[in-house]
Parts: sequence; structure tokens; C-alpha cells
Amino acid sequence: MSKPIFEARDVSVTFNVGRGRNKSQVHALKKVSLDVNEGEIVGLVGESGSGKSTLARVAIGLQKQNSGELFYAGQALPKVRTLEDRRKMQMIFQDPYSSLDPRMSVKQAIFELLDTHNVLPKEKRLDRCKELLSLVKLPESLLDSRPYAMSGGQRQRVAIARALSLNPQFLIADEAVSALDVSVQASIINLLSDLRDSLKLSILFISHDLAIVRLLCDRVNVINLGEIVESSPTLSLFDNPQHAYTRQLISAVPKLDAIVRNAN
Amino acid sequence: MNAMNSGAMTSNVLEVEDLQIVARIAGRDYIAIDNISFSVAEGHARGLVGESGSGKSLTLRAIMGLLPANVRVTSGVIKFQGQDLLAEGGKYRKSVLGTGISMVFQEPSVALNPVMKIGKQITDSLMQHSDLNRKQARERAIDLMDQVGIREASKRVDDFPFQLSGGMKQRVMIAAALACGPELILCDEPTTALDVTIQAQIIELFKKLRSELKVSLLYVTHDIGVVAELCDAISVMYSGRIVEQADDINKVFSHPRHPYTKALLSAIPRIDGPIQRLKGLDNTGPSLTQRSQELAPPMTNVEPGWQIAPFEFADLDALWSASSHE
Repeated sequence: MSKPIFEARDVSVTFNVGRGRNKSQVHALKKVSLDVNEGEIVGLVGESGSGKSTLARVAIGLQKQNSGELFYAGQALPKVRTLEDRRKMQMIFQDPYSSLDPRMSVKQAIFELLDTHNVLPKEKRLDRCKELLSLVKLPESLLDSRPYAMSGGQRQRVAIARALSLNPQFLIADEAVSALDVSVQASIINLLSDLRDSLKLSILFISHDLAIVRLLCDRVNVINLGEIVESSPTLSLFDNPQHAYTRQLISAVPKLDAIVRNAN
Repeated sequence: MNAMNSGAMTSNVLEVEDLQIVARIAGRDYIAIDNISFSVAEGHARGLVGESGSGKSLTLRAIMGLLPANVRVTSGVIKFQGQDLLAEGGKYRKSVLGTGISMVFQEPSVALNPVMKIGKQITDSLMQHSDLNRKQARERAIDLMDQVGIREASKRVDDFPFQLSGGMKQRVMIAAALACGPELILCDEPTTALDVTIQAQIIELFKKLRSELKVSLLYVTHDIGVVAELCDAISVMYSGRIVEQADDINKVFSHPRHPYTKALLSAIPRIDGPIQRLKGLDNTGPSLTQRSQELAPPMTNVEPGWQIAPFEFADLDALWSASSHE
């Protein structure tokens, strides 16, 4: 399609676990490479413990890799990220109940980011908030609400608005819809897909839900035990999975046509 | 599985009739469950489907007698094997819990006691209800663990929960639920906390238990795919009411009648369906304190064994367009 906005090259992460005699190492990521092109939604699927969240944390800079390199728009990302680096990519977490500060209103939560990065004069901040809320399809009346007064879907929209406040080109969504009810989940998926189109965003979409990944993503990476076992365009991955683990994962998803299959 | 639907009349293991549950919040009563009725036929599985706050877990808890202190059943009957569980202050219920009805919870790592060996947790109810001695109970625990697919059961029986994976813990929960040979197992989202491959194994296990032990299931979940795999009958709940239910799950899946059922089905990302934009509703129903306090109108029969509630929110389409801008 177009040029990569984010690349990970041979990223490895090892954790030390245990103490004394029980000391050992866990290889959370083993030479993982992955790229996301401009305007693309790339899926990363795997089960618990597969390393998908570790990769997200490495990408955003919350976790240092033991080896390997990260690139943003062709430029290597430094070990210690500057504010400018941090503005380029933002993350949406799984659980908006814990990722938003319960004591901050929507306005304060967004102001906090704008002030830290000092990107807007104070008098323009409120307009920016309103703009962001309309972007994520929330009413302006929520500006002064705190998280407890909002539904799960609304909170996740606030988390997305906050992630968008610094105009990043690249978003990492780590299980961003898993904690939501299906009807709410569907509208958040639609929102992410709309934002990709309107803001030309690139998204790394991390999920354990293959059905969602199939609907939303252009390409999919399957990760198992810290290694990417398959990486293909979405359609070919689901129609013609190459790796045994991918096939196992796809066949494990309950299907609505199960009744028909059981009857036969 | 659907072969069970046809053929001779089966009796109902569980019958819930006009159940109403009221919650007291800040000194006011609110109707949490509004006149719901359904049944679980012997050897069958009914899926109770709905989103957060629809009242599906509360219904299960009412059957088990595990309601929070501010919540009570105000009217209705819950019959197990034809006898009212609620009669005489729940005396009958106490006698069948464990032996006739048991429950599997959502989060096995929370439901299991972390400082008790799993063998003991499995046989706890057995020791309570039978006169097996400790050694016999241990043998029985090993049998049960074998039955639910835990390998090397005789070694694992002395493990503590932290030594087991999530899927194995859920198997232990199921073994404990099976210990006294219940006729009905109430399942509260037993696979929601598990990975898909583990979930598939647990579903297979439930299928096996259904065919081998003829246990009936009342299966609460928000995952319609799981219901499709496992259940014969379905009840769809929304905002404390059942909006659509059928003894044959096929009917609801192929021709849903109620707007909410339609909405729910079209909001689900399907791995086997066409790749198309989902319809987001962004609305799991009014919160408890904002619900209409009028009693629900009775359900109507589409045909025998298939009921729908009157369409009370015809502006569902408006909700859709407001939330997803299509």
C-alpha cells in the first residue's frame, strides 16, 4: 500500500522471574518483527500470555526491549523518548474504568495532556475538547462529567478522545473493546474504522477476538508464545490459514452456524 | 443435539413462573426483574442471553438463593422438579442445593478457595450430603477430575488452585459442581474469562456431560456464539425482561422477531458471516433506577414454544442512527 509508519525489527523482551534458586527467565517476545503502514489497521491476535500486550508496551515505550529496534516513519525511536516522540503515537487501553482517573472530569483529563505537551494556548483548549468530543460522537454536555457518571462505551470514547488530543498518526489499541458489551463494542469498532478514514490514522489493533479482527483489520499477525507465527492479509488468513496454530485458533471460535452443523 | 427437541414429551427440571425481583436502592424499590417465565426441560440446555445489567445473573442468583441483601423476590414461583424452591423460607432449596442443583461461576480463580487443596474443594459438598469417608471421597474426587478431563488426576488432587491454569481451574469447578450428581447445573458465564481455545474445550466438556450424564443446563452468557454451540433453547433478556424466547434456538437465530434480538444479532462480529459494518446500538438499556416502573405486558406466542414481548421501543432504529451515523 504505502510506506510503513511504524516498524518493529527483531524485538526481544526477557523477564527475570523468581529469586535465588528459582530464578529463571521468561522470553516474552522472541525476535518479533511487525510493521504498520500509513492508514492501515493491523491486527495482532493471540491468547493470554502470548506477548501481545508486551509488544504494545514496547511500542509505546512503557517497556524496554532487550534487543531489536523500533522505527517511526523510517526514523529509529530512541531508548528514552522525548515529548515529541510521545506525541506521535498514543495508546487506548482495555479497561476505561481503570485507565481514566476517577477524580478528573473529561475536560480535565484532556487538559492534562494538552498542558503536559504544551501544544495549545490556554484559551484554545476548551475548543479543542469540544472538537474531540464531536470526533468521538459524544455530546458536549459530558465535558464536566467524571468517569463514574458515564457508561462503559462513553468512557472508552473519552479514552479515545484523549488519545487523539495530540494529533497522533499512530494508535495502539490494546484489547480496546474486550471489556464492552457487544452492542457498545460494535459502535466503538465502527468509530475506530471511521477515525482511520477521517484522520488517516494507522492503528495497531490488539485483540484476542478473531471475529472483530476479521471485520476491522487489513492485515493480521498471529502471535503465540512470543513469536509471530503468521502474518497475512486478513482475507487470506481466514480463508486459508497457513500455520497450525492459526487454524486451531480459528476453529475454536464458536460459530452461529453451529446449530446447522450439529443437526447434520 | 436438536434431535432431543423432537420426540416424546419431556418434563421440566426447572420452571420459573412470573418471577419478579425488586431491588431497594436509597430507600426506594425498583423492579430489577419483571415477570419473567421460562423453563429448562430435562436433559436440555437453555441459554439466557443479554448484556450487562439485563438481569441474567440476578435471575441465576435468585434460583440459587444468592441475592444481595437489598434485593428480594417479590412474586413468582421457581420450581425444581415440580416443587417450589421459595416455599417455607427456602427449606426445600436448601435440601436440593448441591445434590439437585449446582452452579459454575464465571471466574474460577475467585470462586475456588486459594488455600484449600482442590480435591477437598471438590468433595466438600459430597462429605456434606453423603456418608462417604475421607478416603472414599478422595477416590470420588479423582474419578470426577478424570471425568472432566484433568490428566493424572491422582497426582493433581493434592494441588492448590495456583498450580493450575485457568482452564484447569474451571474444570475443577465443574467437577465440584458434578460431585453430588445434580440434575441441573446453573452456569454463570463459565467461559468468559478463558481463552478461545480453552473455551472450546470447556464447551466440548459440557456437551459430553449433557450426553453422558443427561444433566440439564441453564447457561447465562453474553456470547451468542457459545449459546449456538451448546444450547437447544434460548431466552433473550433486555432491561430486566425477557424480550424473546424459543425452545428451538434455530428459530431465533434464523428469524428473530423482536427488534432487540435483531439488534443484538446484528451487533455481533461473526467469524463466519459476511464482512460488513456492524450495527452498534451503544445502549445496553436504561439503568435500574431509570426504568419504567410499569409492569411488563405479557408475552405473546409467535407459535407454540416461541414467545416475544410487545415491541416497547420502536425507536430502536433511531438509536442506531444516532450512535453510528449510518
